[in-house]
Amino acid sequence: MGSNINETLGVWSEWFMLLAAFTYLVAFVAFVWDMASHSKAIGKAQREAERHGADSREDSRELVGAGSRGGSVSASATSSGSTAGDDGARDSAAGHGPSGRGPVAGEFRTTADARSKGADEFEALNYKDSISRPAARAAVVVMAIAFLLHTFAVVARGIAADRVPWANMYEFCSTGALVVAGVYLITLIFKDLRFVGPMVTGLVLLMLCAATIAFPTPVSPLPPALQSYWLIIHVSIAVAASGLFTITFAMAVLQLLQSRREKNLAMGEETKLGFLRVVPNSTTLENFAFRLNSVGFVFWTFTLAAGAIWADQAWGRFWGWDTKEVWTFVIWTVYAAYMHARVTRGWNGNRSAWLSIVGYLCVVFNFTVVNVYFPGLHSYSGL
Amino acid sequence: MTQVRDQRDQKGNRNDSVAVPALGPLGMLRWAWTQLTKMSTALVLLLLLAIAAVPGSMFPQRIQDPDAVNSYIEANPTSGPWLDRFQLFDVFSSYWFSAIYLLLFISLVGCVLPRAAQHYKAWRSKPPRTPKRLTRLPQYRRVLLGGRDGAEAPSPSEAIQEATKALKKRGYRVEARDLDGETPSVGAERGMWKEVGNILFHVALLGVLISVAIGSLFGYKGQKIIIEDESFVNTLVAYDSFTPGTNFSADWLNPFSVRLDNFQADFHRDTTDPAQYGAPTDFEADVTVTEEPGAEEKSEKLKVNEPLNVGGTKLYLVGNGYAPVIRVTDGQGNLAYEGPVVTIPTDSVYTSSLVLKVPDAAPDQLGFVGLLLPTAVMDEGSMPRSVDPGLSNPVLIMSSYFGDLGLDNGESQNVYVLDVDSLTEMNSMMSDNGAITLDGANRSAELPDGKGTIEFVDVKRYVGLDIHNDPGRIPAFISFVAAFVGLIMSLFIARRRAWVRAYVGQDHNGVQCTVLEYGLLARGEDHRLGAEAEKLTSLWTSLWEDRGVRDFPLNSSDKA
Repeated sequence: MGSNINETLGVWSEWFMLLAAFTYLVAFVAFVWDMASHSKAIGKAQREAERHGADSREDSRELVGAGSRGGSVSASATSSGSTAGDDGARDSAAGHGPSGRGPVAGEFRTTADARSKGADEFEALNYKDSISRPAARAAVVVMAIAFLLHTFAVVARGIAADRVPWANMYEFCSTGALVVAGVYLITLIFKDLRFVGPMVTGLVLLMLCAATIAFPTPVSPLPPALQSYWLIIHVSIAVAASGLFTITFAMAVLQLLQSRREKNLAMGEETKLGFLRVVPNSTTLENFAFRLNSVGFVFWTFTLAAGAIWADQAWGRFWGWDTKEVWTFVIWTVYAAYMHARVTRGWNGNRSAWLSIVGYLCVVFNFTVVNVYFPGLHSYSGL
Repeated sequence: MTQVRDQRDQKGNRNDSVAVPALGPLGMLRWAWTQLTKMSTALVLLLLLAIAAVPGSMFPQRIQDPDAVNSYIEANPTSGPWLDRFQLFDVFSSYWFSAIYLLLFISLVGCVLPRAAQHYKAWRSKPPRTPKRLTRLPQYRRVLLGGRDGAEAPSPSEAIQEATKALKKRGYRVEARDLDGETPSVGAERGMWKEVGNILFHVALLGVLISVAIGSLFGYKGQKIIIEDESFVNTLVAYDSFTPGTNFSADWLNPFSVRLDNFQADFHRDTTDPAQYGAPTDFEADVTVTEEPGAEEKSEKLKVNEPLNVGGTKLYLVGNGYAPVIRVTDGQGNLAYEGPVVTIPTDSVYTSSLVLKVPDAAPDQLGFVGLLLPTAVMDEGSMPRSVDPGLSNPVLIMSSYFGDLGLDNGESQNVYVLDVDSLTEMNSMMSDNGAITLDGANRSAELPDGKGTIEFVDVKRYVGLDIHNDPGRIPAFISFVAAFVGLIMSLFIARRRAWVRAYVGQDHNGVQCTVLEYGLLARGEDHRLGAEAEKLTSLWTSLWEDRGVRDFPLNSSDKA
């Protein structure tokens, strides 16, 4: 890794970073717009359905949010715990396949039948053809454009500095935001997670602002301590893990709000959280966040170990309780507790969501306060 | 750890906790053991461990920087000693931190061992019996076999035999039952490796702990500064500082030697980037290593991220600086000192502080305190300063003292600190004659009152080495790899049970068919269970497509 610094490209990178930030802002506004209009539409549809004499399962349907329009209660929509809801779920799952569009009795099956699609727990997160959400569609397109601009900015930064673009806090932040946006856009291909759009774009925006306002650092070569291929391995996985934790943090917050709303609705009270109609029920959120978190946890475990191996090469000990190591350990422990909480009675549901939130706050703390204010061997903030 | 979701387990725990008052000491122990090995206890211990680690980042720690701890206690005379009493400067070796992680590991062992035994048993036994009512399972389907173009349905036992084969091919371990009866069935299970991974992960964590313990018992670490052209032999006396493991014996030091031939430091030289100008870009030491006395000499390169491994002992480049070569002649005209003096760089431009004690000088012992400026700039009216880490215009600026250095009474002293209280000052920045300033043009200076002369001969470079031997390193790495593999196995392998049962039935036209019903049960997290059920349906379809496979919807009486 030499020091062939390309100043012009560095400046271009910064301009594109700003441009990307503005585009994310537009996407953010569009997502919020979609939340508002879509939840209004659902609310209206529900009121109409009620007027037409809805059946007794209305409550559990309503909780499924967008799923209620699909005409069937999904397998995972057993949030209310009522026997009626349970049976309904089993009925639809067992009988005709997921969306009630399966073949009628008496029709012979052929090997060409591909009805296994969507027969999983997260069916409530599938796209529904019947609903058009122009604002959401626009938001996703704008976000994809922002992502491209952002990618250019990050790649240009890397080329300008002639090394991987994650060697100081500015780069960690901007590359981290890119990973968050990328992971989110990729999951969007498979699942309808547009309801977390406002939070994800908001957080990406926040990260870009933090990078450009709080930690601006011009393009610079690597100090000797960072000149190792472990920089590529250790830090890239750390960025990926942080990206995943960012998304699950957003989902955990929504889960807490949603479960509160569910409780209110179950008690027959009014709730101010009407916008959560767009959001799937809290159990689905919890389960999906768990999937992402378990990947994040594996990544974080790897980060920790790769860091230890690097530390062994650079500093002569694989673990020395340096401040950064302490916090990496704390984060690992909190997420380990989260993983256990999921299978411990009394600790799943809201409590596990809180653990996920605490874990993410530790990640943020580790990244900001520990890097800037605590003395330690990881003093590469570039500030 | 123990699955608290298990109904029976819950009941068992409740009974135990209710029975406390009637229990004897043994019963109490058993009760404590049950409490400790519960998953919720482990969870709380995990969270406690996380919280307990936090002070380790808030307060300076002795394992990293004992000096910082001392100055912290000095700066906080009231709270400091109290913090020390609660071991807040030794968090990671404190009683409370150790208590938490030891309890956690005991809990882990108490959880994992029974589970391992249980899993061993499960592995050896046949897949579980077919439940009476498959409809109760989270995934339940049924299909009608036969009837296509008048084709005859496979008999129930035939269907089960085929299904058994297909399930086995799909990775299930299978057990067909009642093949001669009216309702033959097959029990199947897959993903047995999930639990193996889970147990492996937890046992491997224990392995990491043990490896760390081995390292701190039988390893050692030391520091040594080597100046260019000097050698270091790995013996106890040669170290500048040495920290042995608790059970370390000095006989274990392998007798290698290292000579520093050359040290090269590169700095950022791009003038368009003032913020980064002069930042180090590369450190590289050329060394000659002899593995044992009489062995062949080998030339090696030592860099920051590339330690040298000499027979299991690792050498790390952790520091570097300048060592000006100084010659001191005393008041009687004798050579009192000649050699390089290690200076300590204090900033990014290598403004280095220097202390030189000359106890051999006569009639009075001499002491010098000062700075080495590698690239000095001396403007009128301002303090001399270094503007670059490179060695362009090295200047020595020193104060000089004479008197008793206090070295003769046998007390050990820090070589980098000169206690000037008992000494008499000859030169300093503040004194009338000014500080001694030596550079390329003025290489020597006379001390006042005929106390001698000091001469600036040359500047050499030195490197600071950390020398480590940690026998727990390799075991820790192996344990970690095992833990990582175990973690991935336990998280991403799905453990499922499937049961298939066949019996004779009729389709809606009253034609005799074979009904194939099947249910699935997940153990642990499994969001793909429904997908697996659909896959099985496709499997049956491919098996009996020519005879006819039809969906057989449930009616309300089938419900559990």
